[in-house]
Amino acid sequence: MPSTAALLPLAVAIPLLGAVVLSVAGRWLPRLGCDILATAWAVADVLCLVLLWVRTGDGRAVSWLGGWEPHGGESVGIVLVADRLGGGTALLAALLVLAVLVYSWRYFDEPSGERAGTFPALLLLFEAGMCGFALTGDLFDAFVFFELMGAVAYALTGYRIEDPRPLHGALTFGIVNSLAAYCSLLGIALLYARTGELGLAQLGRELAGQHRDALVICAFVLVLTGPLVKAAMAPFHFWLPDAHAVAPTPVCMLLSGVMVELGVYGAARIYWTVFSGPGGIPHDAFRTTFLAAGVLTALIGTTMCWQQRHLKRMLAFSTVGHVGLFLIGVAVLTPAGLAGTAVYIAGHAGAKAALFGLTGILLDRYGSVDEHGLHGRARELALPGALFLAGGLALAGLPPFGTGLGKALSEEAAGHWAGWLPAVYVIVSAVTGGAVLRVALRVFYGLGPRPTERGGEPETTGEGEKPEVRGPTRLLPPPMLVLPALLLLGCLAVGLTPDLGRSLARAAELFTDRAGYQAAALGTAAQAAVAPPPPAGWTTAGVLLGLLSAVLACALAGTAVLGPARGAARPHSAVAFLGRRVVLPVRRLHSGLLGDYVAWLTVGVAVLLVAVAAQS
Amino acid sequence: MNLLPFLAAAWILLVGLYGLVTSRNLVHAVGCLAVAQSSTYVLLLAVGYRRGATAPVFADLPVGSPVVDPVVQALALTDVVVGAAVTALLLALVIQLQKRHGTVDPQNLTELRG
Amino acid sequence: MSRSVRLWLFLSAGAVIAVAFAAACTGLPHFGTPVHPYGDRAVAAALSRRTANTVSSVNFDLRAFDTLGEESILFGAVLGATLLLRLARDERKEWPEAERVLPSTRLFGALLLPVTLLTGVYIVAHGQLTPGGGFQGGVVLATGLHLAYVAADYRVLKQVRPLAVLDVADAVAAGAFTALGVAGLVVAGAFLANFLPLGTFDRLSSAGLVPVLNAAVGVEVGSGVIVLLAHFLDQAVEITGGGPARTRFDPPEPE
Repeated sequence: MPSTAALLPLAVAIPLLGAVVLSVAGRWLPRLGCDILATAWAVADVLCLVLLWVRTGDGRAVSWLGGWEPHGGESVGIVLVADRLGGGTALLAALLVLAVLVYSWRYFDEPSGERAGTFPALLLLFEAGMCGFALTGDLFDAFVFFELMGAVAYALTGYRIEDPRPLHGALTFGIVNSLAAYCSLLGIALLYARTGELGLAQLGRELAGQHRDALVICAFVLVLTGPLVKAAMAPFHFWLPDAHAVAPTPVCMLLSGVMVELGVYGAARIYWTVFSGPGGIPHDAFRTTFLAAGVLTALIGTTMCWQQRHLKRMLAFSTVGHVGLFLIGVAVLTPAGLAGTAVYIAGHAGAKAALFGLTGILLDRYGSVDEHGLHGRARELALPGALFLAGGLALAGLPPFGTGLGKALSEEAAGHWAGWLPAVYVIVSAVTGGAVLRVALRVFYGLGPRPTERGGEPETTGEGEKPEVRGPTRLLPPPMLVLPALLLLGCLAVGLTPDLGRSLARAAELFTDRAGYQAAALGTAAQAAVAPPPPAGWTTAGVLLGLLSAVLACALAGTAVLGPARGAARPHSAVAFLGRRVVLPVRRLHSGLLGDYVAWLTVGVAVLLVAVAAQS
Repeated sequence: MNLLPFLAAAWILLVGLYGLVTSRNLVHAVGCLAVAQSSTYVLLLAVGYRRGATAPVFADLPVGSPVVDPVVQALALTDVVVGAAVTALLLALVIQLQKRHGTVDPQNLTELRG
Repeated sequence: MSRSVRLWLFLSAGAVIAVAFAAACTGLPHFGTPVHPYGDRAVAAALSRRTANTVSSVNFDLRAFDTLGEESILFGAVLGATLLLRLARDERKEWPEAERVLPSTRLFGALLLPVTLLTGVYIVAHGQLTPGGGFQGGVVLATGLHLAYVAADYRVLKQVRPLAVLDVADAVAAGAFTALGVAGLVVAGAFLANFLPLGTFDRLSSAGLVPVLNAAVGVEVGSGVIVLLAHFLDQAVEITGGGPARTRFDPPEPE
């Protein structure tokens, strides 16, 4: 049995070795052999991370790489640190990679011949990037693994080369995310110049002993740009729907399920370890800035989600909406908010990945992911339809789904800070869940009239998608149905396992303990923090609000499907006015143009600089 | 004069961003991304400079001589390789886009919107 | 957004960033400062490991995990390019035509090719002693090989470039880096620990694991860059058909 310290680098090394073996063996092995090998490798990494989860307990596991242990608080090497939030995030990534590998067992007609190992090898590299990013305790190392995640994701997004749209989406994704990573690196260089350190713990220690000035603020914003772009915070979110709409379904499951959330995790980790001390960024400045950003992200994502007819794009915008909620949960800067967000992310990963998987079935059968074009065509798919409905309800926060528990915990934590914040949680859950239910009712049950086409509005249709599979005449491959069902069960399990919530709550307490993190990473004596962990169970208010958002979601979906047709609203009514004056301009901003997105990235950085500087 | 190397890095970043915002050719845009990335090399190496010091290689240098910071050089080297790999991937996407779309003008790529 | 609005938006935001960055720079230590705490520690650590080139020591010993991640990015880029530049369903490969080359050019290439490759090997092998190392030498090796293309033609390049072997070598070298890390875990109890004998300072055999990792990186970068370039050159020279668009850069349609 490897020691606890050995498990941290092994979590990264196992998928790296797997990628190598697959890319070589894939030249000779048949397709089935590659699938089995990749699955076995993913299982090995899951086991490694489960063992790490168990061994970490309510403390931290630390691994000094290369044997460069710190002396007197000084180190020359890289340290990996796992608490249950970091290790749990890596475990979530590993579980999703395993799910995605099994889901795509029978999925692609390509790659054939000597390319059979390439796709699973890239997935394993992606996993290594995510695990490295989640476990590292070094800022530059985080940048490297951030880029590993990115580079592999760009290639996977552009997988379908016969169709121009995936190439376009992947290119936008690549340029915007790389640009953000370089901004992060500039920030890292500024911090290095100021402190002469790269480790998160050392940086936090050095900054705490100095006064705050323009350099700290500028470095803070630049360093966080990378994770926040990955997390698709408005106005950095434009790349996400474009990339998700076009990436192969299994890749979408990973992008939405865990990669975007890793951006939130990175931002939270960097803030708490580096900038939360006396010489860093004041808590109030961080809180106000990111609460505003989170609410804006949530509202934009929700508004756009409801407007979509392209299913994958709809789910992508729903991710943007939920990321806004995750940002709010992190921004309140309490362990309770963090714990709620952690539970929410775990539940959301199951629900969202399941929905993407079910969308893959539609693509497989009908070569379309368009709500209008698919109207009533999927009546034959009874079980996928039922699962799709369940996924919509999970997204809407219905108890006892994990999403419902996460929503309840986070909105309570946010409500302590501002009484109106829970309303944002309810609105996002209701509208994004309602949009999914609307699709389910139309596509799988054929309810209501077929939606009328809208002329003159910017929109992406889901017609004319090429099936990503061999031939639609064959039977539905079992993994494509079993996996979404399992993922939804996982979402349920998150809500029904009190132990998980409790351990995440204790981990959140640990996450906010800057001194404890420093002591662990630098090998000095630690003072055990004795704070009671935040609550982590169901409350009456949480259950009621969850039911409320689920009921609202059903009402919205029912009204949209069975109510008066779109455009029937009187031209002077409030709805029509909102649509014309608010929704349409917001939709026009999502233009798909690279230049626009880079301009928005610049604007986002500038606004963050002004906002943080004004409050520091 | 003391600030010039650092300000040069900011200037390079902003020029690269300007190029990306106004680009009419995706190959040019990928080039602009590389320009924006060069700002990180300039800043890293400027941060690591030590006046009157030489390269941090002791093959023919007495131990104890003043040398510039080797850490930023290692970071810059890592950064260069990362940049090259990402650039290669993006250019591969541009090649395929040209074949499928018949254009490399980002202004003409408007299928993903709304 | 109209293009003038976009530009105006960008310029105002860029001005804010410029001001903020300039303000941040006033807080930096002055250019050429003697204070480099991490740098000084890294130099001491490198010398304690008998590594003359401290940059190599940082890359392959102190912060070898960064390099592992970065090697994986390169490996991923090669895999990704393999995926993205594969033959689409509506494309086919054609055998490239022979080109006319001046005999003097051909002779020049034939003379320089071994010299360049030797230089590349030298730069990789002395990475722990003098400036250079796996990355730099690997790139020299890869570009040197393409002299065959520049000084002769694509057919000659194809003969001196065993792609399948290089493809496997790229993967094996990337895996070797990770495997050496795991070996350090087994032998010395820490991932990527420098567990080999350190040898004598300033000799080719010094620095323990550093030259070994350097060699792995040299092989990976060399073969990886050749494979990457091969995919790009194939697109330009060999692959025809596919897509609605043809440009004047593409080879002409066969009769």
